[in-house]
Amino acid sequence: MRSAVPLGFAAFSLAGCSSSPLGYLDATGPVGGPIARLGWGLIAISAGVCIVVGILLVIALWRGQRHADLEIKTVDDTAAIRWIGVGVAISTVFLIGAAVWTLVTVRQIRQPASATALSLDVTGQDWWWAVKYRGADPAQDFTTANQLVIPVDVPVQINLRSRDVIHSFWVPKLGGKMDMIPSRTNVTWLQADKIGDYRGQCGEFCGLDHAFMAFDVRVLSKPDYAAWLDRQLLPAAVSAGEPGFKTFMVRCAVCHTIRGTPAGGILGPDLSHFAERETIAAGLLPNTPDNLVNWINNTQTLKPGAKMPELHMLAAETRDVAAFLEGLK
Amino acid sequence: MTIGVDQRAAADTRQTLLDIWETEPGLYGWLATVDHKTIGIRYLCTAFFFLIIGGVEALVMRVQLAQPDLKVLSPDAYNQLFSMHGTTMMFLYALPMLSGFSNYLWPLMLGSRDMAFPRLNALSYWVFLFAGIFLYVSFPLGQAPNAGWFSYVPNASLAYDPGINMDVFALGLIFLGISTVVGSANFIVTLLRCRAPGMSVNRLPILVWGTLTASVANLLAVPAVSLACAMLWLDRRYGTHFFEVTGGGQPLLWQHLFWVFGHPWVYALVLPAMGIVSDALPVFCRRTLVGYTLVAISTVSTMVLGFGVWVHHMFATGLPVMSLSFFSAASFVIAIPSAIAMFAWIATIWTGKLQVTTPFLFFAGFIMLFVIGGVSGFMTASVALDWQLTDTYFIVAHLHYVLLGINVFPVIGGLHFWFPKMSGRILDDRLGKWTFWTMFVGFNAAFFPMHITGLMGLPRRIYTYPAAMGVGWLNLVSTIGAFVFAVGVLLFLINVAKSLRAGQAAGNNPWDAPTLEWATTSPPPVYNFATIPQVASRYPLWEDRLNEGEDRSVIGEAARDGMVLDRDKETIGVTPLDAEPNVVLKMPGDSVLPFLLSVGMLVLSFGLLLQAIWLVAAAAVCEFVLLALWLAPMPHDAVEKVEIYD
Amino acid sequence: MTDLTQEQFLPVGGTGTVSTAWWGMVCLIATEAILFVYLIFSYIYLGSQQSGPWPPNGPPSLRLVVPNTVILLASSVVVAWGQRQFRRTGNTPLLALALAGTIVLGATFIAMQVVEWSGKGIALSTNSYSSAFFLLTGVHMAHVAVGVLILAMLLIWTIMGRFRGVHHEHIALGALYWHFVDAVWLVVFITAYLVPQFS
Repeated sequence: MRSAVPLGFAAFSLAGCSSSPLGYLDATGPVGGPIARLGWGLIAISAGVCIVVGILLVIALWRGQRHADLEIKTVDDTAAIRWIGVGVAISTVFLIGAAVWTLVTVRQIRQPASATALSLDVTGQDWWWAVKYRGADPAQDFTTANQLVIPVDVPVQINLRSRDVIHSFWVPKLGGKMDMIPSRTNVTWLQADKIGDYRGQCGEFCGLDHAFMAFDVRVLSKPDYAAWLDRQLLPAAVSAGEPGFKTFMVRCAVCHTIRGTPAGGILGPDLSHFAERETIAAGLLPNTPDNLVNWINNTQTLKPGAKMPELHMLAAETRDVAAFLEGLK
Repeated sequence: MTIGVDQRAAADTRQTLLDIWETEPGLYGWLATVDHKTIGIRYLCTAFFFLIIGGVEALVMRVQLAQPDLKVLSPDAYNQLFSMHGTTMMFLYALPMLSGFSNYLWPLMLGSRDMAFPRLNALSYWVFLFAGIFLYVSFPLGQAPNAGWFSYVPNASLAYDPGINMDVFALGLIFLGISTVVGSANFIVTLLRCRAPGMSVNRLPILVWGTLTASVANLLAVPAVSLACAMLWLDRRYGTHFFEVTGGGQPLLWQHLFWVFGHPWVYALVLPAMGIVSDALPVFCRRTLVGYTLVAISTVSTMVLGFGVWVHHMFATGLPVMSLSFFSAASFVIAIPSAIAMFAWIATIWTGKLQVTTPFLFFAGFIMLFVIGGVSGFMTASVALDWQLTDTYFIVAHLHYVLLGINVFPVIGGLHFWFPKMSGRILDDRLGKWTFWTMFVGFNAAFFPMHITGLMGLPRRIYTYPAAMGVGWLNLVSTIGAFVFAVGVLLFLINVAKSLRAGQAAGNNPWDAPTLEWATTSPPPVYNFATIPQVASRYPLWEDRLNEGEDRSVIGEAARDGMVLDRDKETIGVTPLDAEPNVVLKMPGDSVLPFLLSVGMLVLSFGLLLQAIWLVAAAAVCEFVLLALWLAPMPHDAVEKVEIYD
Repeated sequence: MTDLTQEQFLPVGGTGTVSTAWWGMVCLIATEAILFVYLIFSYIYLGSQQSGPWPPNGPPSLRLVVPNTVILLASSVVVAWGQRQFRRTGNTPLLALALAGTIVLGATFIAMQVVEWSGKGIALSTNSYSSAFFLLTGVHMAHVAVGVLILAMLLIWTIMGRFRGVHHEHIALGALYWHFVDAVWLVVFITAYLVPQFS
C-alpha cells in the first residue's frame, strides 16, 4: 500500500521523461542507447524490489495484528533466519546481474567501434563553452562557442578542459557526463544516430551561473556538415563601414573575436558566424535580434554574475551591434 | 521486618549516591555538569535546533524552485542556502543527533554510571555547539559558505570565492572535527570498559553496535576532511598549492580526501539510526530481533566495505575505467549487508505480535524508505548509469531518502520511544500518529518526484530552471510536500511541549521493553543505577518470559544485589570482551574546564579566521594551561574492595 | 535472590590496558596515525600527478636529517629507560633526569629541523612539492612540539612529587605518545627524505 502510491506515480511520470530536453532514458546511439537500456533495466529491478518488499511488509503488518495475546514468549527463529538467507541470496543474484550488466555496458561504450574521424576541444569556463575545431593544418583551426556541430553517425572525440573551475560536459541524449577539470584533459566521445538538435548542460556546480551554462549540439547530415564546415572556415562577411561593426570594435572587441577583422578578444566567446547559433549566452535565450538587444542591455539581470559587463550603450548603438551580429552567417 | 530494614538501607544508599553524583544547581552547575544524560539531551536539543534551521533553509529554496524562472532568491543567496542546508544537516544535525541518543542511552543500556570520559563528553558537546555557531557566523553578513557541502575546489578556492565564506567552512569543519573525534574515542573506550558485569559483546544492543561502528569509522575518517580543509585554508590564505593548479596542485586531491571521509561519514549517519530501529522495533512486535548476530555483523561489515567505495562519488572525473569498474562492483556488494538488516526487520514484524504505536509506525515506515533509498543507491552504484544520474535531482532524491528515511524517521521514532525515559512522560499517541502520517506523506510528496525530475535531467544545485524542462508541476508537488513535512515536524514539537506539561506518567518501563535502560526510573537518577546491574542475557527484563537458560540478571537497589560503589564517584570497569569486572573507575566531578577549553577553541578559530596571530597565540597558551589543569594527576587509593557477584 | 559469593579487591584506575586512559591514548594515536596516512597519501598523490621530477629540485639533503633521526630515536630510548627505572625503583630524580634529557633531545630535533628547513631554498608557497613537504614535516614537527610540552608537564609534576607509588599512569601515556611521534618520524623520514634519493 505504501509503495503502491509512489510507484504508480513513478510509472505515470516516467512516461513524461522522454519529452524533456535533458531526459536520457530515451537516448539512442552507441553511447546513450546502452546506458538508457541499462537505466530502464535497473529501474525495473528497483521498482520490482520496492513492490516485493512493500507487499512483504504489508502482509507482515497484516499478519502481526491478529494476535490478542501480546505476552513475550520464547521464539524459535530458525525458519525466519532461513528466509532471510533466501531473501539475501535472491538479492545477491540481482546485484551480481546488475554489476555484470554495468561492466558489459562500460566495455561497450568506452571506445567507439571505429576510429574517431573528428576531434573537438571543448573548454568550459564561467559560464560558457569554447569549442575548437582542428583542421588539417593550423590555419584551418577555428573556434566557436556554446554550440557543437557534428555530422550524424560519426564518432566524435571530445577533449575536455577547463579554464577556471570544474565543469562537467553533458549531453544527456547522447551520453553521460565527463568532468572538465583544470590541469587535466579528459577525453570522451559521442555519436549521434539521428539528425537534430540536442541540449547540453553543465553537470557540476560551478558557481553563480551554473544554472545557465548550457549548450547545443546540432547534428547534421554529412553533406550539410561539410557545407557548414566550409562556411565556418571563411572569415566573417563584414563591411568595414557598417555602423554596428564600428560600435562593436569600440565596445565589444576587447573580449570577443570575429575572425577576419581586427576584433581579437579572447575573454568572451568567439562571435564569428554568430548568426548560425541556436542560442545566446550559453543556452539562456533563443538567438533572435530582440533577445540579443535585451541581453546586451540587461546582461546582469538575465545572468547575474556573468563576466560580460553592462555597457549602457545608446539604444541605437545596441540595435546596430545586434543587427551586425545577426548578419554574421 | 527484614524488608523494612532493606528498604531503609536502599534509601540510604540512594541518598549517598545522590550526594556524590548530583550536579550543583545554578549557572556553575549548568556549565560544569558532566552527566551523560544532561549532555545527551543537550545534544538532542541542539541538533534538533539545527534541523529546524536547515529545514527552514530548505523551505526557502523550495519556494524559489516551486515554479520555473522564479526570482525569489538571487543565485548567490541560493548557493549560500543550499550550502548551509547541506552543511547543517550533514554535520550539525545528523551525527550530533545520533550522538545525543548514544550519549543519553549508552551508560543506561550498558548498565554503567557514565561514559568512560565524562569531561571529554562535555567537551565534545561544547565544541559541537561552538563549531555550529562558528559555521553560522558569516551567515548574517551574507558571506556564508557557498560552494556546497562538499565544496569542490577550485570553485571553493580564493580566486573564485574571494570572501570569507569558505574560510568559515574550512575552519568550522576542522573545529567540529575535534568534537566528532573526541566523542568517538569516548564511545569506543566506553564500550570497551564501562559496562555492567556480564554485558559481554554478544549481549550489546544493536544501537551500541551501530554507534561503536560509526565511532571507529569517524576516528579513521574525520582526519581526512580535517586535513583537506586545512589544505584549502592554506591554499586560500597562505598561497600553498595543494589544489591550486598553477603550482602543480590537483583539484582531484580534494575530492579523494573529501570522499574518503564522506562516504564512511554517510554510513556513520545511518548505522546508529538503524540500530535504533533494530532495538526498538522488536519491542512493538513483542519479540526479540530476528537474527541479532546477522544484524550486528552486517552493521560492522557495511562500514568495512564503506571505506572502499568512495570513488563512486567520482565516477565522472575521468579516472581509469578499470578502477571505476572495481569501485562500481564494490558499491553493489555493499547492498548485501543492508539487505540482511532489512529482511531481519521484516521477519521480526512478520513473526511478531504487533502493537501499532507511534514509534512502531515510524520504524515500519522507515523500512519502506530504506528500501527506496537503497534501490536508488543501487542504481547510482552502476558506473555507466551514474554518468547520467550524477549531479541530477535523482541524487538529491536518493540522498534525502537515505538521510531522512534512514536518519530522521528512526530519530523521530526513537524520540517517541525514549521520550518517556528522558522526561518521565509519554508523548501523546494520537498526535504522534498524526505526526507520522503528515511527515510520511509530506516526505514522499517532496522527494519522490525528485527521482523523476532527475531522470528528466534536471541538474542539482541550479537556482532556477526553464519552463521548457517540463518539470514545473513536479517541483510544485515537491514544494507542497516539503511544507507538509514541515507541518509534521511542527506537530512533533507541539506534542513535546504538550506532553512535557501534561503527558501521561511513564513509569519505569511503559513499553515493557527488555533492555537495561528501562530498569531504572524515568527519568533516571543521576547515578543511573543504585547498584551496578549484573547481566545474564541479551534481554535482561524479559528473561523470565523468554526462559532461555538458568541465569538471571540482577538489577536491584540493595547492597546485596551487587556493587554499590558509594565510597566516591565511581563505576566499575570490565574486560573488553567478556565484561568481567577488573577495575574500579574513579569518575571525575563536574568541571568548567571543558566549557573553558571549548571557548578557547572558539577564540582560536576566530583568530585563524581573522589571521590574528596574537589572538591565536594567546588562545593556544590558554588552551595549554587548561589542558594541564585538566590532566593533572590526582592521588587516589591503589585498590578498593568490591563485592563480586558470582 | 542469590547471595553474594565473594568479595574481591580491584585496582582503582588501574594501569596499562586496565586503565581507561590507556585506551583513550590508543584512540588518540589511532586517529593521529591515520592523519599521517592521509598526509603521506596527499604527498604521494601530488607527486604521482606531476609531469616533471618529484621533488622538482632533486632529492632533499640528508646531511642534517640523518643525525636528527638518530637524536629522535635516542630520545625514545631515554624516556623508556627513565620510565622503567621509575617503575622498578620509584626513583623520582632519575625519572626527572630522563624526562629532561628527552626534552632536550626533542628540542634539539626541532631546532635542527628548522635549520634544515631554512636551508632548503623553497617556501611553503613555492609549488605543490614544497607545500606537501612542509605540511608533512610541519605537522610532524607540531607533534614533536606537543610531545615536548607533554614531557615538560610530566617533568614539572615529577618535580612536584605528584607521581608516587602506583600513580605513574601519566608517565606511561606520555612516553607512549612520544614513542608514537618517533615511529611516525621514521615513516615521514622514509617517505620525504629517503625514497627521493632512489627515484
